[in-house]
Amino acid sequence: MEKRVTFKGWILPLCLIAPQVFISAVFFFYPAGQAIWQSLFIPDPFGLSMQYVGLGNFKFLLSDPFYRASFLTTAVFSTLVTLVSMIPALFLAVVADRLIKGAGVYRTLLIWPYAVAPAIAGVLWLFMFNTRVGIVSWYLGNLGYDWNHVLNGGEAMGLVVVASAWGRISYNFLFFFAALQAVPKSVVEAAAIDGAHFWRRFFTIILPLLSPTTFFLLVVNIVYAFFETFGVIHTITSGGPQQSTTILVYKVFSDGFVGQDLGSSAAQSVILLVVVGALTVFQFKFVERRVHY
Amino acid sequence: MSDTTKKPSKEPPPGMVEKRGASLWLNHAIMIFGVLIVFFPIWLAFVASTVTQPEIVRPPMPLWPGDQFFTNYKKALFSGVNVPVATMLFNSLVMAIGIAVGKIIISLLSAFAIVYFRFPGKMIFFWLIFLTLMLPVEVRIVPTYEVIAGFGMLNSYGGLIFPLIASATATFLFRQFYMTVPDELAEAARVDGARPMRFFWDILFPMSRTNIAALFVILFIYGWNQYLWPLLITTDPEMNTIVMGIKQMFPSGDDVADWPVIMAASILAMIPPVIVVISMQKLFIRGLVDSEK
Repeated sequence: MEKRVTFKGWILPLCLIAPQVFISAVFFFYPAGQAIWQSLFIPDPFGLSMQYVGLGNFKFLLSDPFYRASFLTTAVFSTLVTLVSMIPALFLAVVADRLIKGAGVYRTLLIWPYAVAPAIAGVLWLFMFNTRVGIVSWYLGNLGYDWNHVLNGGEAMGLVVVASAWGRISYNFLFFFAALQAVPKSVVEAAAIDGAHFWRRFFTIILPLLSPTTFFLLVVNIVYAFFETFGVIHTITSGGPQQSTTILVYKVFSDGFVGQDLGSSAAQSVILLVVVGALTVFQFKFVERRVHY
Repeated sequence: MSDTTKKPSKEPPPGMVEKRGASLWLNHAIMIFGVLIVFFPIWLAFVASTVTQPEIVRPPMPLWPGDQFFTNYKKALFSGVNVPVATMLFNSLVMAIGIAVGKIIISLLSAFAIVYFRFPGKMIFFWLIFLTLMLPVEVRIVPTYEVIAGFGMLNSYGGLIFPLIASATATFLFRQFYMTVPDELAEAARVDGARPMRFFWDILFPMSRTNIAALFVILFIYGWNQYLWPLLITTDPEMNTIVMGIKQMFPSGDDVADWPVIMAASILAMIPPVIVVISMQKLFIRGLVDSEK
């Protein structure tokens, strides 16, 4: 926790830690406390006073078909984003790892979509699939497929998933590539001498050795899909059509700011808080300890 | 996962696991194909930013840049749609640098206090800071918005920056780093009668330079790419940041969007973080691996 050698005095350290504690208190603990407090109330129809309802907001939410649908949407969305961003990244990393020359160049070329904001990624993909001017939707139309993510919920989901996963491929590639480079070559070569061909080596040796990285990336990507994809959803679909892409974070925003339903929005924040807490505990328990074989 | 900067060229000569000939070319072909797929949306946006509006609204759009580069970028930068893109770029720059510098300063100081001092209430402060790791700003948007509104900080740089500084990632990184600094240094400083702040400035701070730079890269991108928070608190277009401002450039009704200008703005929005990532690739990867550990 601290050094064996420490400095004396307690006024100086309190001054040093004060800015962070102050900012955390004002912009973190107070708002988080407010969220919990507000989740126990509903405003009256005129917005003049608040009525205490206990866990009423939570009970209502858990029986609300729209909220349940949003939970399901989030589960589908984050699973798809995680898979679509991790599988191509792993594949590319495995191929790059087999190259002696040029792997570094490919890494540089693949890295930088990470720097593109999710909201910008949303605009780029919206442009390609725009029903009026999009080049991909135009070619799909020529092939006889009528693309319309404005009306078709499944297509809308597909589009936000791909737009969200796109920049994450870079991120996942980076971690997979680093992990692959750390796999001891001697082990892989021993298996090769024993006659194991590449895919057999991959599934029996390399993939198990990658498991700590894979678990870590699973959690990180799920957290990303839960919270940081707001920009993608907002730019491409605004949660539609018929709420088919309304993930939980988007619902906190649309109920709280657009719908002005503060009690419900606060209760949703608290539920999300529990979800994040659970994911964090999961990460510490399973990922920090590392999965060893 | 620690040594991500290891170059394949430093490894022993290829053993029998590596393939040559046709298979090698196949691997290169796969990598090039992967890079092209990842690049395609950005290429398309660039092409769209160099052609005229009529060329885009009659699909399919061209796949090779046109001659309108200067016209479109000049229009985007100096007139834009609601507000000049140059203004929004400046706002983003202030926000990104403010978040990165602010977070680094308060964390350098608080980590110093936690590692090098014993003072009353230290563990409580430590856990208070630790808790902030758990809750992204997306979850507490409504109450945080109320705090900012209460301070009269809507449409201000302070309102954009402060709530996003309240997180402990950087504090934990510096704490981990300080723990690896040899005790002898502090011991020697104390024997020489150096005051704690003198030790901090003359020894600890210079030693932390690489960590600070790596963290700056990550935090700059994090700040630049923020979407939801600027969307809520900058109601005045003059204060919009570029990443959230692009969505505001789309017409609300059924009108056709000014795609060349919007795409020019998207390209401009990507350039600063992409330059940071590519020019400081080693620091970026180091920061990424450190901050996610």
